[in-house]
Order: sequence, then structure tokens, then C-alpha cells
Amino acid sequence: MAATTSTWSKRSALVRAARLVRRTDDHHRRLYGRARLYGHAWSVFTWLVAILLFFPVLWMVLTSFKTEGKAYTDPPTIIFHPTLTEFSQVFSSGIGKPLEHSLFTTLVSTGAVLLLAVPAAYSLSIKPIKRWRDVMFFVLSTKMLPVVAAIIPIYIVARNIGILDNDWTLVILYTAMNMPIAVWMIRSFLLEVPIEVLDAARVDGAGLVTELTRVILPIVVPGLAATALICMIFSWNEFFFAVNLTATRAGTMPVFLVGFITSEGLYWAKLAAAASLASLPVVLLGWIAQKQLVRGLALGAVK
Amino acid sequence: MSTSVAPLPAPAQRAVDALGRPGSARREGARSRWARRLPLMPALIYMIVVTQVPFLATIWYSFRRWNLLIPGSNKFSGLESYRLAFSDPTFVTALVNTIEITASAVILATLVGTGLAVLLNRRFFGRAVVRTLLITPFLVMPVAGALLWKTTVYDPLYGLLDFVLSPFGAHHVNWIGRFPIPAIVTLSVWQWSPFVMLIVLAGLQSEPLDVLEAAKVDGASTVQTFTRVTLAHIRRYIFLAVLLGSVYIVQTFGKIYMVTQGGPGTATTNLPFYLYEQVFNAYNVGVGAASGVIVLIGTEIVALGALRFAWGLLETAQART
Repeated sequence: MAATTSTWSKRSALVRAARLVRRTDDHHRRLYGRARLYGHAWSVFTWLVAILLFFPVLWMVLTSFKTEGKAYTDPPTIIFHPTLTEFSQVFSSGIGKPLEHSLFTTLVSTGAVLLLAVPAAYSLSIKPIKRWRDVMFFVLSTKMLPVVAAIIPIYIVARNIGILDNDWTLVILYTAMNMPIAVWMIRSFLLEVPIEVLDAARVDGAGLVTELTRVILPIVVPGLAATALICMIFSWNEFFFAVNLTATRAGTMPVFLVGFITSEGLYWAKLAAAASLASLPVVLLGWIAQKQLVRGLALGAVK
Repeated sequence: MSTSVAPLPAPAQRAVDALGRPGSARREGARSRWARRLPLMPALIYMIVVTQVPFLATIWYSFRRWNLLIPGSNKFSGLESYRLAFSDPTFVTALVNTIEITASAVILATLVGTGLAVLLNRRFFGRAVVRTLLITPFLVMPVAGALLWKTTVYDPLYGLLDFVLSPFGAHHVNWIGRFPIPAIVTLSVWQWSPFVMLIVLAGLQSEPLDVLEAAKVDGASTVQTFTRVTLAHIRRYIFLAVLLGSVYIVQTFGKIYMVTQGGPGTATTNLPFYLYEQVFNAYNVGVGAASGVIVLIGTEIVALGALRFAWGLLETAQART
């Protein structure tokens, strides 16, 4: 009898325990479920915000495939027959030259930046000079200077030595403009080169040039590519110098767009086509280099 | 079992050898110091020439009276350009507008950008796509973006804004004419929020997970964890975003040039646009330079002070141990 009671009480204890487990389990599931519901709500909200912020860009691209008549209607037209007429008109209205100037100034200035910034970053990281902190501070402080305050002497000098409306003037300025961020980024990439590798190369008697080209460069090539991408984005989009220092002979894409709005201001579809074309290269580059963009913009502080 | 000392590694051995010859070591020191400086020199000289000299020249021009159209008008005039600038009501308006546009755009872009970063710092379906959509406004050529907003968004007759707000009684509102500064600020916030978002996101992703775990174990709620732990961590990233954002937004030129041309009247004329008009429309180098110097001083006070503050934070992350 005693034995049965004991078994009974054991069983009831087990049942109670199981019930308790089930109850807490339910409690957890309910909590977890609610958290997941909140999570879903936040995800939907994030999507909505993203679509809202992206919408003007989407609208620009949509408008560029419309005919002029469909471009401005009240209410706005959403369903239409896509056409490439506007794009072909933009191409025949002389977009070729500004495209060339933009490509030239962007690529040449980016190349020049890398050529100057790699050795400089080397002197600030791998074999640092004594006062590298002061130099870094100076480099970063030049990024803080308002370019508008420099335009007057630059304009006067360019006018006096006859390099107004010249590709090279923009190349010189864009190189200086992108140097600080390039030095910062490349320095942070160089800091990641393992010391052991450098030591080994030095023991083998490698000189500066060999060390730089054979040992360091292969390791930091991805970082250099990221730096180049960011320099390209800023050069391609630059407007202030371009509009004040160039016109017909060296005008870049932003200058072309400005001219376009004065001559074709009433033709929205054509404007949208031109604006889409002008933005496309950098938007694509930026999409590809998203991760590097984060790093570069955080000035290499992110490891 | 051998008790002999292990041979030194090669670099250490050479260092010991060099210690034995003090004279040659010192000469080697001077040479290597220059060898260290040499790679830096081209970039440093280039930056000094291209970025510093023009500013000095601007200061020089600000003390002169010079109209580009009048030959021989280039004369020393002391502080007259500054007096002329400050007595010009447009200049004072431009100063106020610059502060108004910059402050409101930076504050709003920081709030929106930080919010977006927090939203993006979760795992959810299509996160990569959402990030791609969100950074796009920053990548679109600013001039193209301004053009786009001016025509398809703000247009009183066929603009999207008028269409969207028409259920609320908006009918053919001249958005740019009636709300010029908000129009420019909205456009700036649209463009710069992704920039803030990218920087803050970098901060959020660098947050050590064990600290978050510890907070959770200690029973902190999500809100508590965010305000007490995460915010303390991303503070410096937000600061960096504010600093860089201010430097860029204070120089806003393209948007004003494209959307309002400084108008209506002088309602959206900021200092960069004022300076542009002084030099390229009125050919007035002296007053243009003086206003340039004023922009320079204002920016430098804010930026260098902030930079010194941020420097310590950045340096700890940058220094090679």
C-alpha cells in the first residue's frame, strides 16, 4: 500500500512537472510569437521606408521610358508603353562629349590619387614617420575646408594661365579633393598587412620598391579597388568646380545636365533619360561596392 | 640537454651588431628618417599647393577691391570688402539661410539616417536589397537628383507631391515658391540620410556581441540595451556623421543652383550661392573673397574643434600597437 502511494505521488509530481513545463513553454511561445510579430512589423516598415525613399529614383527611370505626353499627366501615369525614343534623342543631342570628359577627369584623377596616396599612406603606417599624427590631422583637416572659399583664386589663376574650360584643371582639383579620404582609407588597409610578412621580405634584403610592389600591393589590391571606387563616385558627381571652371570644351556630365534643363526644361521624359544616364555609372559602382563604401566613409575606423 | 643560448633571430642579431658601431648607426638613422619621409613628400607637397595656397590667396584678395570687368581696379582696400559684405542685406540673409539650411538638414538627416541604420541592423527578408535601395539617393548624381525633385516631385501641376497630398486639400501648390527652404532641406535630407545611415551602420556592426549578451543576461530590456549600451557605442559614429555631413551640407550649391537659383528673391540664397553670384555675375572679387573668408572661418571653428574631439576616438582605432 505504502508503495502504491509512493508511486502515485511520484506520478502526480511528474504530471505536475510536465504541466509546469508545458505552461512555461506556452508562455515562451506566446512571448516569442509576439516578438516575432513585432519583428515582422518592423521588417515591413523598413521595406516601406526603403521603397518610399527609393521611389523618386524609380520614378525618374520610369519617366525616362515614357513619351513626353505621358511624362506629365494629372494624375501621374503608371501604366504605359515603354519607349526608347527619349534615350535616342538624348544620345543625338551631344551627350557623347560630356561623357568623355567625365570619364577622362574621373579616371585620370583617380589614378593620380592612388599614385600619390599609396606611398604617402606607407609613410604613415608601415614605416611611420615620427610626426605621423600631425600629418594625418592635416590631411583630414583639408577635407573640412569649404571649396567655395577657394574658387576665386583658382578661377583667376586658371583664367590667367589659360586653363579655363580644360579637362586637366578638373583633374588637378579632383586629385586634391579625393586625396584625404584616399590616404585615410589606404592607410587603414596597409595597417592590416601582417608584420611577419614585411619582416621576412626585409630579411631577404628587399628594398622599398620591391617591398611595395611585390609584397604589399598584392595584399592590399582589394582595398585599393575600394578606394578607387569611392574617388570615382565623388569625381563623377562633382558639380561646383565643374560648373564654374568648364563650359563647352571640357564640360562634364553635371554641366551637361544643367545646360540641358535650360534648353529642354519642359521636356521631362528627355530630362529623366539624361539624368538616369548621368547617374547610372556611379549608382552601379556604388551598388557593387556597398561594403567598401561603409568602410571608406567611416574613414577606416572600422576594422 | 643543452644549456646554450638559442641564436638570435636575424633582425635582432643585426640590431645587436649595429649597437656595436654607434657612429654608423646614427648616420643610418638620419638616412632612414629621410627614407621614411620621402614617400610622403609628393602627396604632402601636392596637397599644400593645391588646397592651402588658394585659401591664402582668398584672404589676400579679400583685402582688395577688384572688379574683373574694370581693368586697373585691383587695389588694396583694407577691410572695406568685409564692411561691404556685412552691410549688404543679401549677405546677412545668406548667412542666416546657410545656418538654417545646414542645421535643419544635418539634424533631420542624422535622425533619419540613424533610424534607418537601426532598422537595417536586424536580420530580415531581403535586407541586402533594402540596403541597396536605401543607399541609392546618395549615389544618384546630386544635380540629377535636384532636377528630378524640381520637376517630378515639386511641380505644382503634375508633381508627385501635389498628387499624393491632393486628398488632404493640396491643389496645384507652388511648393518651391511657398516653402523654399523646406524644399531644399527635404532634398538634402533625402540625399544625406543614406550617408549617415552607412556610417552609423558601420558602428552598429562593430558593436561587440558579448556586451549585448551580457546586457541581456542582466535582464536589460531592448530599449534599455539600446539607450545604455548601443547608443554609447555608436555615439562616435553619429558624431563623425554629423561632422562630415555638416561640412558637406554647409557647402550646398548644386541644389540651390538647380532648384531655386537662390530665390524666390533671396529666400534660399546661402553663402556659397551668394559668393558665386558676387564673382560670376557681379565680377566682384573683393566682396566674394571676403564672404569666402567668412565661410572659411565659420567652417573651421566648427570643424576643427569637432575634429580635435573626434580625433582621439579615431586615433585609438587607427594606431598600430
